[in-house]
Amino acid sequence: MSSTIQTKFSRRSFLRTSSLASGGMLIGFNFFTACKDTVKMPVDISKLDYNDFNAFIKISKEGMVTLFSPNPEIGQGVKTSMPMIIAEELDVAWENVNVVQGILDTQNYVRQVAGGSQSIRFGWDALRQTGAFARQMLVNAAAAKWGVDASECTAKQGVITNAKGETLGYGDVVDEAAALEAERAAKRKALIESLAEGEQPPAETIELKDPKDYTLIGTDVGNVDIDKIITGKPLFGLDYKAEGMVYASVLRPPAFGQVLESYDDTEAKAMPGVIDVIKIGEKAKAMLEKEQIDWTAKLAPSEKVVVIAENSWAAIKAKKTIKALWSDGSPLESTKAHDKILMDLLDGKDFTNLRKDGDVKKAFKQADKVVERTYESPFLPHNCMEPMNFYANVTDSKIHLVGPVQTPASAASTVANLLGRDEKDIRLEMTRMGGGFGRRLYGDFVYEAAEISDKIRRPVKMFSTREDDMTTGVYRPAIKYRIAASIKDGEITGYHLKEAAVGGNMYGLIPNFFPAGALDNYQVDVAKYDSNITTGAWRAPYTNFLSYAEQSFLDELAEDMGKDPVQMRLDMLEKVKGTTDDRIQYSAERLQDVLKLAVEKSGYRTPKDGVFQGVCAYYCHNTHVAEVADVVMKNNRPVIQKITVAVDCGIVINPLGAKNQIEGGAIDGVGHSMYGDFGFENGMPTANNYDKYRLIRMNETPIVETHFVKNTLSPTGLGEPTLPPAGAAVAIAMKKATGNRMYKQPFATNMASKPILG
Amino acid sequence: MPTYNLKINGSSQSIEAAEDTPLLWALRDQLDMVGTKFGCGIGQCGACTVHVDGNATRSCQLQISQLDGKEITTIEGLSEDGSHPVQEAWKAIDVPQCGYCQAGQIMTASAFLEKNPNPSREEIRNAMTGNICRCASYNRIENAVAKAAEKKMA
Ligand code: FES
Ligand code: FES
Repeated sequence: MSSTIQTKFSRRSFLRTSSLASGGMLIGFNFFTACKDTVKMPVDISKLDYNDFNAFIKISKEGMVTLFSPNPEIGQGVKTSMPMIIAEELDVAWENVNVVQGILDTQNYVRQVAGGSQSIRFGWDALRQTGAFARQMLVNAAAAKWGVDASECTAKQGVITNAKGETLGYGDVVDEAAALEAERAAKRKALIESLAEGEQPPAETIELKDPKDYTLIGTDVGNVDIDKIITGKPLFGLDYKAEGMVYASVLRPPAFGQVLESYDDTEAKAMPGVIDVIKIGEKAKAMLEKEQIDWTAKLAPSEKVVVIAENSWAAIKAKKTIKALWSDGSPLESTKAHDKILMDLLDGKDFTNLRKDGDVKKAFKQADKVVERTYESPFLPHNCMEPMNFYANVTDSKIHLVGPVQTPASAASTVANLLGRDEKDIRLEMTRMGGGFGRRLYGDFVYEAAEISDKIRRPVKMFSTREDDMTTGVYRPAIKYRIAASIKDGEITGYHLKEAAVGGNMYGLIPNFFPAGALDNYQVDVAKYDSNITTGAWRAPYTNFLSYAEQSFLDELAEDMGKDPVQMRLDMLEKVKGTTDDRIQYSAERLQDVLKLAVEKSGYRTPKDGVFQGVCAYYCHNTHVAEVADVVMKNNRPVIQKITVAVDCGIVINPLGAKNQIEGGAIDGVGHSMYGDFGFENGMPTANNYDKYRLIRMNETPIVETHFVKNTLSPTGLGEPTLPPAGAAVAIAMKKATGNRMYKQPFATNMASKPILG
Repeated sequence: MPTYNLKINGSSQSIEAAEDTPLLWALRDQLDMVGTKFGCGIGQCGACTVHVDGNATRSCQLQISQLDGKEITTIEGLSEDGSHPVQEAWKAIDVPQCGYCQAGQIMTASAFLEKNPNPSREEIRNAMTGNICRCASYNRIENAVAKAAEKKMA
């Protein structure tokens, strides 16, 4: 007999059921917020309303299970792993589960953001409870039909069996189950209403499976869209088409700080395929003046010229012929100037303190030695493989928006504000996204598409070329860290990290990540320079660079003190165990365990001849990771051969999908720390396409070997956490291989002049 | 505007477009075949790869006026039902992350394996280097090409 876990459960708070008019049963549920008491469940499958529920499960009379969810898929596999959790508890064969991307009628649509590796973490309890609840409903219905007690029945793989061995399929009892649940809900409601004030109704419980009995969770399940992807079916925003749709290409200021003065579109307008050339931006500007647009403030100051054409090529070609005059609305900035500004900030005294433990100053004074290093990183564009684009059709009665965006709710409400329309009129459909990496958290391309369609009153697809995408982006801020540590009697006694950033500073819990908590005297201070260049979230915000700086620094300290870098970290973590500091989010035990696992699996203690290994351990985005990089020298150049990754992300829902995320994150981390280089000259980006911006390619890619720490803790996300440690592991291995410490990203550029590589 | 006759996936298609229209945009906008992807437009990323007379070619760099008499194959025509050995290997290994680059990867890999049915790992890595995968599914791409080669040899 498999064991179960009794869990308190308040179904009214997050799920509801109904019988579908067309037969079968529908369960609506909500995993981020409570449902309103008044919401009504739809009985028509074409009218699912995601304002009240963020997902629905339909169980048909044939026993097929369909999950409807507008949850955006950006390549993190949530479209596969979330349904797996439901299917596990519902106990239904995976072949009978179908996932449908829902359409969003936006009004009060709550958080459905694919970012921050959060989706799985938030959904875990609600998804399991919903699946278990549905299973219990079906079992109850079958029991009633047989006239036996539900406890005598079991459900497995879509079939309910009673003590006599008789069976019923889920589909055979869906209608009864929905009717029974309606009765039960009515009774419960009456009971609650009859209670005296202050009296509590008896708690409801639900039985969840013991993780050791899982049959689907923990197995390899392929991407649900795989057949469409490998046969080239329309899936992405750029693939979306509608009757009468035209194409729009937007000419934006070539440099940050510039604004449109005037333009000549005579030649463009005369070109075949060109429908019109228009100007947009007045509305965004007006909103900006009212301080209604947040970050787009940076792009909004200028109006833009838009070519409307019958096809993409005509739009691209015509845009090149437009003669625009731009003037400097604000000073044009450059990377050279930023470098000096950031160094001045680090040298100065104007900091905001984010964390302060003990007395760093005193520790520094009493130290035998203080080691101080500065680490530098450039801006980075996101470079989603699918350039930004969106479809909009604005009419007098409705606004229809379709495309890849990670923040549908805020995009829709901004469009409503921008066009002075009611949010109720907006229907937003999300497509599969050709990468996100943080870029699609910002809705500038949605606003542009909407404003264009509002003007021309036609369905339109606004699309960026790669040049548009790379040069009018939202970049990872350029950052410099200065870290100083005091050493006394062979121990680190104080640690002071200063951050200077263009655009924005680290936030939230980041200053509480390791090594915070491990050192009595610890301080984090930040300073920023407000630039007119748009900066924002980029895969694993801040930690993507911070991890490399801190972990390289720790390695250097270990070397300086003649300590083993692994043992030094393990010892530091030992001190964190049992901490009562509730700001500390990471677990010292779990971080130690991943570190030990990575060391063991990579053969770190018995290195092969000619292989130089760098090790690091880092916690971010709720997941504990350790990585070891293997570097070898080939033709006097360092080659990154392999990354061994140890991950503790709790229960691994879909190892096949999880490993894909892990491999991608680690290689992305290697790629950007090696090659990612981006700057500005007179406000203009220094690269605009892949001929000038180097992304890691197949022949430079290390083999990634993944190892999981096995446990039954709640799952955490994997979209981001393996990226930050990679740069650190590489930098440390590189030091061993070349003798040089890496203080500046990207490594490939900044070590080119070093004699070792001559 | 001039009319061109293109032979795509075995059938003849007539299309009216400016002579410098890249095959990529003709496919996507005019012929409703959106499996071939736009990534960079300058021949650097491989997202737009198709076969022209069996050779992997960047469709963003090919003008439709240059394609007279050529046999063009796109991802939609690589097989009828996704059963080309490369597609099957892609599925078995579960290669895609966001999936956007994968049509181009598959087209590069399938043309490569026609010419070199039994490649070494090194040859695979070099052959696939022109195709960017921003999600960095490179390890799996490499494994899938190797697997497809095994299948073809068997
Ligand atoms: S779109 Fe043709 S190579 Fe990038
Ligand atoms: S899978 Fe996303 S770019 Fe390759």
